[in-house]
Amino acid sequence: MKKIIVVGNGMVGHHFIDQLLASDSEFEITTFSEEAHLAYDRVHLSSYFTDNSVEALMLTNEQYYDDNGVRYLVNDRVVAIDKTLKCIHTQNGVTASYDSLVIATGSFPFVPPIPGNDNEHCHVYRTIEDLDAIRNSAKDAQIGVVVGGGLLGLEAGKALVDLGLKTHVVEFAPRLMAVQLCSEGGGLLRGKIEELGVEVHTEKNTQSITQGESCRYRMNFADGSFLETDLILFSAGIRPQDKLARDSQIEIGERGGIVINDYCQTSEPDIYAIGECALWQGKIFGLVAPGYSMAKVAAKHIDGHIDKQFLGADMSTKLKLLGVDVASIGDAHGVSDGCKTYQFLDGVNGVYKKLVVNSSGDRLLGAIMVGDASDYGQWLQLYLNDMPLSQGPEYLLLPDADEGSSSSAMGVDALPDSASICSCFDVTKGQIREAVQAGACSMADIKSCTKASTGCGGCSALTTQVLNSELEKQGVEVSTDICAHFAYSRQELFDIIRVKKIQSYDALLSEYGSGGGCEICKPAVGSILASLWNDYVLDDAHIGLQDTNDIFLGNMQKDGTYSVVPRVPGGEITPDKLIAIGQVAKQFDLYTKVTGGQRIDLFGAQLHELPIIWQQLIDAGFETGHAYGKSLRTVKSCVGSTWCRFGVQDSVGMAIDLENRYKGLRAPHKIKFGVSGCTRECAEAQSKDIGIIATENGWGLYVCGNGGMRPRHADLFATDLDDQTLVKYIDRVLMFYVRTADRLQRTSVWMENLDGGLDYLKEVVIDDKLNIAAELESDMQNVVANYQCEWKTTINDEKRLQRFKQFINTDELDSNISYVRERGQRRPATEVEKISTIELVTEA
Amino acid sequence: MSQLTSNDGQPNWVKVADKSQLFPNTGVCALVNQQQIAIFWDQHKDQLFAVSNYCPFSKANVLSRGLIGDYQGQSMLAAPTYKQRFNLETGECFDDEHVSIAVYPIKESNGEILIAA
Repeated sequence: MKKIIVVGNGMVGHHFIDQLLASDSEFEITTFSEEAHLAYDRVHLSSYFTDNSVEALMLTNEQYYDDNGVRYLVNDRVVAIDKTLKCIHTQNGVTASYDSLVIATGSFPFVPPIPGNDNEHCHVYRTIEDLDAIRNSAKDAQIGVVVGGGLLGLEAGKALVDLGLKTHVVEFAPRLMAVQLCSEGGGLLRGKIEELGVEVHTEKNTQSITQGESCRYRMNFADGSFLETDLILFSAGIRPQDKLARDSQIEIGERGGIVINDYCQTSEPDIYAIGECALWQGKIFGLVAPGYSMAKVAAKHIDGHIDKQFLGADMSTKLKLLGVDVASIGDAHGVSDGCKTYQFLDGVNGVYKKLVVNSSGDRLLGAIMVGDASDYGQWLQLYLNDMPLSQGPEYLLLPDADEGSSSSAMGVDALPDSASICSCFDVTKGQIREAVQAGACSMADIKSCTKASTGCGGCSALTTQVLNSELEKQGVEVSTDICAHFAYSRQELFDIIRVKKIQSYDALLSEYGSGGGCEICKPAVGSILASLWNDYVLDDAHIGLQDTNDIFLGNMQKDGTYSVVPRVPGGEITPDKLIAIGQVAKQFDLYTKVTGGQRIDLFGAQLHELPIIWQQLIDAGFETGHAYGKSLRTVKSCVGSTWCRFGVQDSVGMAIDLENRYKGLRAPHKIKFGVSGCTRECAEAQSKDIGIIATENGWGLYVCGNGGMRPRHADLFATDLDDQTLVKYIDRVLMFYVRTADRLQRTSVWMENLDGGLDYLKEVVIDDKLNIAAELESDMQNVVANYQCEWKTTINDEKRLQRFKQFINTDELDSNISYVRERGQRRPATEVEKISTIELVTEA
Repeated sequence: MSQLTSNDGQPNWVKVADKSQLFPNTGVCALVNQQQIAIFWDQHKDQLFAVSNYCPFSKANVLSRGLIGDYQGQSMLAAPTYKQRFNLETGECFDDEHVSIAVYPIKESNGEILIAA
């Protein structure tokens, strides 16, 4: 087996390993990292300060490598390559041999040679360890300075703001993001950032860092001015980490960087370099997407394919810096021969856009956007594919006068199949089209089969457009109407019912619909009415809307009998209650099974038995478990700090409180919770719609996970929450889901289709961007206040009970139901068993 | 149309319930001559329907517990088990032309629900 050594386990190194693992050939892969952690997401490093979780950043883990036979060594640096013997040596004395060696050592931050730059509270911003050091320095600090006003500098600035420091950005150039932005764009960005309380100082050349008077340090500038600060972060650019190659006499560029060819081979054919340490045609690529492309090319080449080459990469980029959208495409500065520029400046809304076009004005060469980067995807395609501009460039710049005009006029149909839609995973329009032809019909499908839009998410709008356009071409009508009876989406119906305070399906149909309704719109509207007003679902006005299970408050099984599930909040149950369940099961000969949600399911109850069974269960102190509803099911919990040696919070108590709060909440689909008392996560909360994991300082909230057919790990939403904040956030997340999801859409798929994804949900729930948080909470309060045990209501209603019998005109039972016994319990007879039973009876 | 007829060929109407026993826009089941018959009251149209209670897809006696509505302007019953749709007037399955269920004459007279038997 071919031995591969990967030096460096950063984003690109790990991506390379993933590419090798995906190939059909077998390799013996060993990777070395000088850091303590395996590969993590450096692009979103600043989220470490808000989420406080290394795990959320991790791109891989020991388990994954172990499972795939990848050997790894962390905390050890490769210090020498023996090209003759084809082996490497590490700092700690490890030697390993290779057939192919891949250098993916990335880059290191450039620290300007300023006297005093080595003080205790001077840091760089590159690794998790750097972030820990920054946080420690920030503990007793008031003021922080970032040296460098480029992309990385502003990202680092956000970190200082998140740490609660009064933040300054010091830049040598006359404007922010001097590489990407012109002076107008840079000026607008400066204004926006200063609005957030960050002070920007341009044209400042730091000469020395000395002891401060009011703060720890004083930065002395060349113009004689100074700035006092407690903490300094250097973020003034990166340099390729090429020392290992340099020491091994591998060719290095004049200004650094390991020289590579189109196959990412260095001057030594068996040694490759990829990512920010590599120099291709005199260029270093400081973005992750080109690094991923190199990883792909190198992996293919090592696997014996020579058809894939690295031919440079587009350095267009779109980011959110300190909350401001910034994007730059192609020749943003307009340095191409004969090019012309168009600019748009909206000082009121803080939007700046610039277009660079060719001399005849029919091709886009470059662009800049500040404050509004919604056109980025479209413009990037125009640029990358050298597409003709259908109208004058000025039409691209003007805000939409009416829908369908301006920038959105460029339909995705005009794009060639080769157009790259997702640059993170290098997915083309052709691949998305093939996926649709193979049966994909939602964003969730596209994400799972092409990976498009699962990286930075910047292409989600464009991917959706390609998807819809391809679906339309296949004759699939992309209509968001819920069904033939209502020309509205579920969300629109929800808004109508909420705003107009509509109380019944009939009222909604007569004013907003047509015809007699169907099996789609009736349960959907029934669910919306229940989510908003929480009336008794078997009321005359609502009964006809209830689906198979809801209409008899039980789960119909294949033979027409029902299963019964009493609620067991948090999975905590007394021996007396267990006995009561056992007695009911025994009396009615019900098949008994423990569920995954920590409760007990009783199968085989016939219609007429349901009310009697429930009377007994209610007398024993049980309530309905809503196992039949698209509603809150269970809150699974581990035993928590009350008993467990490792637990740090009372997970059972929290689970019971949450289950009692949200029981009876009807939603677009079922909702499951999990609460774990420590990070060992015994309640498997990360596979639940709402997952809660205890930490020393409170609760971590995870959202939109799922087990089942398409498992999805829940996303970390917030950490270290107190009880009140936790409940507040859950109220808002759930009600926002209830409002905006499609019918029968679980939270996991809802999240994957949500424009803006997790960040958007955080903005809505935590920052209250839509100004609806109070409304969401009061809607939830209304549901909580109007809770009733539907079975209790039903058994006290003589007329309702009439429906709980097989026949309206006789007490006879359904003769078609028959059972056989298996492992000490009864189960429905199969069709074959039914026939043989009849024959036996006849013969007898 | 399947029909329960008397010897002289005339429909033999049998009372199965009072109208007041029905619930709007949903079904109940009656046993008539050992045949299970699903009865629906569509309140919007104020119309009654009677079809076999046996679902040929799930092979269970459950159709009275299905949901009713319209499909392309025709009265429709969706099976509670796997959601196949049937024409309530003719018994034909909208989703599978090879399948149909029996339908029965039904009427209301003086507040009583009668089925031909």
